Amino acid sequence: MLIKSQVKHPIKSSQITDESVYLQRRHIIKSMGFLGAGALVASSISKTANAGFFDSISTDKTTAFETVPLNFTADKKNLGLKKTPEQKVISHNNFYEFGAQKHQPAELSQNFKVKPWQLTISGECDNPITLDYDDLTTLFTLEERIYRMRCVEAWSMVVPWVGFSLADLLKKVVPNSSARYVLFETLHDPEQMPGQADRRLGGGIAYPYVEGLRIDEAMNPLTLMSVGLYGKTLAPQNGAPIRLVVPWKYGFKSIKSIVSIKLVKEQPQTTWHKLAPKEYGFYANVNPTHDHPRWSQASERRITSGGLFTRNRIETLPFNGYEEQVAHLYNGMNLSKYY
Amino acid sequence: MSNKLTTSNKVLIVKAVIHLAAFLPLLNLYYLAYLDQLGADPVERVIHFTGIGAFNLLLITLTISPVAKKLKQGYLLQTRRLLGLYAFSYAVMHILNFLAFDLQFAWSLFINEVFKRPYISVGMVAFILLAALAVTSLNALKRKMGKSWQSLHNASYLITILVSVHFYWSVKSELISPIFYFVLTAALLAFRYKKIKALILSVFY
Repeated sequence: MLIKSQVKHPIKSSQITDESVYLQRRHIIKSMGFLGAGALVASSISKTANAGFFDSISTDKTTAFETVPLNFTADKKNLGLKKTPEQKVISHNNFYEFGAQKHQPAELSQNFKVKPWQLTISGECDNPITLDYDDLTTLFTLEERIYRMRCVEAWSMVVPWVGFSLADLLKKVVPNSSARYVLFETLHDPEQMPGQADRRLGGGIAYPYVEGLRIDEAMNPLTLMSVGLYGKTLAPQNGAPIRLVVPWKYGFKSIKSIVSIKLVKEQPQTTWHKLAPKEYGFYANVNPTHDHPRWSQASERRITSGGLFTRNRIETLPFNGYEEQVAHLYNGMNLSKYY
Repeated sequence: MSNKLTTSNKVLIVKAVIHLAAFLPLLNLYYLAYLDQLGADPVERVIHFTGIGAFNLLLITLTISPVAKKLKQGYLLQTRRLLGLYAFSYAVMHILNFLAFDLQFAWSLFINEVFKRPYISVGMVAFILLAALAVTSLNALKRKMGKSWQSLHNASYLITILVSVHFYWSVKSELISPIFYFVLTAALLAFRYKKIKALILSVFY
């Protein structure tokens, strides 16, 4: 039986009252952080005085991007995973196209246009197609997948994604025998994505962002094309209108706001791997025994509700807990070499 | 009124401003972090805030003597100790945040990381030196140490260089901010070109 579930109380981001209070506070903290010490006291105090320490009056307020409720099959198997609160999932993002600091994408992406959108699936296949915005949510039956999301920076979340298997999409285009890898590309639009226009804001990485998978990884049933989370379409900071989710790999593999999926012969040169090959591998499978050169990957901090004193450091699981489903893909491979 | 009183009042006022500007942001930071109002990951925020705060304070401390000289405001020199101690306090919080909130008292991991990760090792060396300066800032010790006190406190230049390396090494990809801090550090050291040259020569010859 197909269970269609609807979110009972769809809350528009614009209706969450404490959002602007929260953004404003951050603003104040930030200006104080720069001063940290005293040189800029005067300007900071006057800023504070104008705004009111805990006021919600925001000078640079933007209208929030509207997300829409989706129809999908609920994930009943993973209810045991404690989900990261939605407010945290939509405000703590690595999406350098909208700023390299975690809070920036939520602030700088709200005017992002996802309509119209074109996603082209091409390359080594018999039946290349281009999907438009409506196709993304209507072409396939959507299902919820509650997945662990492990960032290479050693923090993690649990996110209820909504989407469809990448395998279903790839079967539609009928890959040919030369299709050994899949290459993904994010939209390149410096006018809409300030991080692409400004090196400092964009963290100094090369754009457009490129990611890749081996074809068998791409066809694995866990590999998800996500169009929503928490029952609604994606917000821009999470990769609207469509993104990849590969739950057994570090988060940077899960490329956002995709415009092109290409079946290719050779292993693609991916963004982070190109920038620092010793730190970020092509495979980037979550592996507690292979450290990042600058920090340990043996454990992680799970971001949930609760403030500074939450005890949330947990062991990192091989393949992020999806060993049973994916370890066979890497039989016979030396995972310290192919990290 | 004598001039002396005016000067000590000036010092008092500057010190009061330093206390307010350095202590209140910390109070506010931990208050918001405790309430989970500091973004989705308060741990990262408190670590970065206290780290960059310590660096800022260190640079401000080094700015005092060239500024005092230029403006002929000798009394400013009396605020250097307070600023330096705040830099040290921020550095203490920076490390405590890492140990208590990030690693959550996984001591073996902490020790491992300090020795295994060059950027953390560099930061730790800077911290130990800074701690030595903080401890010897007591007047009694200063008198006791005589000439060697100044030699020890010249380590502040080395500390600033180590901290800028620590910052540069810690970032993932955005290099403009750490380079900006490198330039600031270099500029402050350039004011002391002669002194530093003499120091280096005294080490090698």
